[in-house]
Amino acid sequence: MKKLLIPALLAALIVGCSSTPIDETAGAPVESRSGSGVTPVTAGGLDSRGLPRELTDPKSVLSQRSIYFDLDKYEVKAEYQDLVAAHAKYLVANRGFKVLVQGNTDERGSREYNLSLGQKRSDAVKRSLIVLGAKEEQIESVSLGEEKPKNPGHDEGAWADNRRADILYRAPDGRGEF
Amino acid sequence: MPHIFHKILLTLSLLAATLAQAQLSIEITGAGASRIPVAITNFAGDAAAAQVVASTVRSDLERSGLFKLVDPAGATLDENAQVNFGDWKNRGADALAAGSLARGADGRMEARFRLYDTQKQVSLGGAVYVTGNEQLRAAGHRIADYIYEKLTGEKGVFSTRVAYVVKTGGQFRLQIADADGQGAVTALSSSEPIISPVWSPDGSKLAYVSFEKKKPVIYVHTLASGQRQVVANFKGSNSAPAWSPDGRKLAVVLSKEGNSQIYVVNADGTGVQRLTQSGGIDTEPRYSPDGGSIYFTSDRGGSPQIYRMGANGGDAQRVSFEGSYNVSPRPSADGKSLAFISRRDGRFQLAVMDLASKQVQILTDSTKDESPSFAPNSRMILIATETGGRGVLSAVSSDGRIKQRLSIAAGDVREPAWGPFIQ
Repeated sequence: MKKLLIPALLAALIVGCSSTPIDETAGAPVESRSGSGVTPVTAGGLDSRGLPRELTDPKSVLSQRSIYFDLDKYEVKAEYQDLVAAHAKYLVANRGFKVLVQGNTDERGSREYNLSLGQKRSDAVKRSLIVLGAKEEQIESVSLGEEKPKNPGHDEGAWADNRRADILYRAPDGRGEF
Repeated sequence: MPHIFHKILLTLSLLAATLAQAQLSIEITGAGASRIPVAITNFAGDAAAAQVVASTVRSDLERSGLFKLVDPAGATLDENAQVNFGDWKNRGADALAAGSLARGADGRMEARFRLYDTQKQVSLGGAVYVTGNEQLRAAGHRIADYIYEKLTGEKGVFSTRVAYVVKTGGQFRLQIADADGQGAVTALSSSEPIISPVWSPDGSKLAYVSFEKKKPVIYVHTLASGQRQVVANFKGSNSAPAWSPDGRKLAVVLSKEGNSQIYVVNADGTGVQRLTQSGGIDTEPRYSPDGGSIYFTSDRGGSPQIYRMGANGGDAQRVSFEGSYNVSPRPSADGKSLAFISRRDGRFQLAVMDLASKQVQILTDSTKDESPSFAPNSRMILIATETGGRGVLSAVSSDGRIKQRLSIAAGDVREPAWGPFIQ
């Protein structure tokens, strides 16, 4: 709770439109601040790639973009339904936004077969988004196969990290992550 | 002016450094059971050039695993010299090649040679190859091809080229080298992956998949000009290109209608037509050498297996049966065998099927074989595999007896593609 409160208070200070007197001692101790002691926060607004902050702010569920899969599988597991639903809701509310869903696999086996397997994973995410109201035109599902491993290791843990689909966003003005 | 020269010099020395670092080194790890003993004498004429040509011929023949080199004991013979057949027979040579290098009137080098059968005491023929100074090794490869064909009855592949991808750090380079790993040049550099290079039947172009647009897109790249053309960039993924034997079409894998399916497009990207209609994955198409059918990988039966269908689609017959993972089918140019990758006990190994008898033989004992590619004479198969955690290429004879390893000091080598016979 504190974590959320302090930036909000600081933001109020920066904007300087607060009519409520602020007790400086109410927040965290002053000496715990690092650097300037000011974390700039913009309500709403865009990040450096031109995307709304709610898509990239680590505190927003929409900043979670990865859906993980079991070995040789391409069904979206129950534990990722809420995440997919949150993205579908955003796409429904923001019809001008597009997403690129990139499917990935672990390194074992044929590169081309893995490319097709990654495609099945991104297709599965795309279908879930459409079922929940997103439009076909908003989504492109592609595959990176085993070519872009997030984890460069060669063990079970690395392989699990790499069996994944990632969601990338693009704003109506063409700016964004792809 | 001076600084232009300086720039050129700098560029040249950088290029030389890049070339040296990028060289594939070859290590022979197995040889054929019965090797033909052959002596290559020192060639007469221009000493430096003769040395390059004769040593290229020797190392080509030796590397093939089919020949045993007999020491010429310092003998220098030109193609017209009188040959003491008894003497060479006593040294154990069944065949003997002699030759010479001379500069022609136009300044180019002429490499002449003659091949002899020491048992029958006859000439098996000879030839002259005219070449520039920087192409002396090419002349050596030509001579080695001639000797190989005369003595084995099969065409040699020493003059062919190979393509492969080197990953160094986050950089990907599509390279072309002579079949002996020498003379590597980079056709394409990219910070995004490059996979699945395939040679056009005339050897002038490569089709491949590049991820430079954040997704797989198929390009056709003309090697001489460096010109690149997008041939498939549809919604979704575009991958696994395969040339038709006449070079006019490409079988490709597209997911534009959801799910990876096999399509055919003209080599310029026009006229896309869907060939498969399955609910599963269909990928890795390869034309049979007669162009009449297409081998491919599909999971339609529950696990990835190899199937064959007509070149225009239609019913498919399952080709692979043993094991739960058989992928990457590559028919040999003579149409007799099919190389593929088979998973056995969690190990991915090179397998070859005799298409007449359907007999399957596992050719390696490695764990991570990928991307087989037949030499155009159908005798050797180039694969990507792993040694000590690094990607290397390995060439294996189709009977599994001869093995060579090709590696690059500073990088991962993968995605080999053996080019066609030169024309």
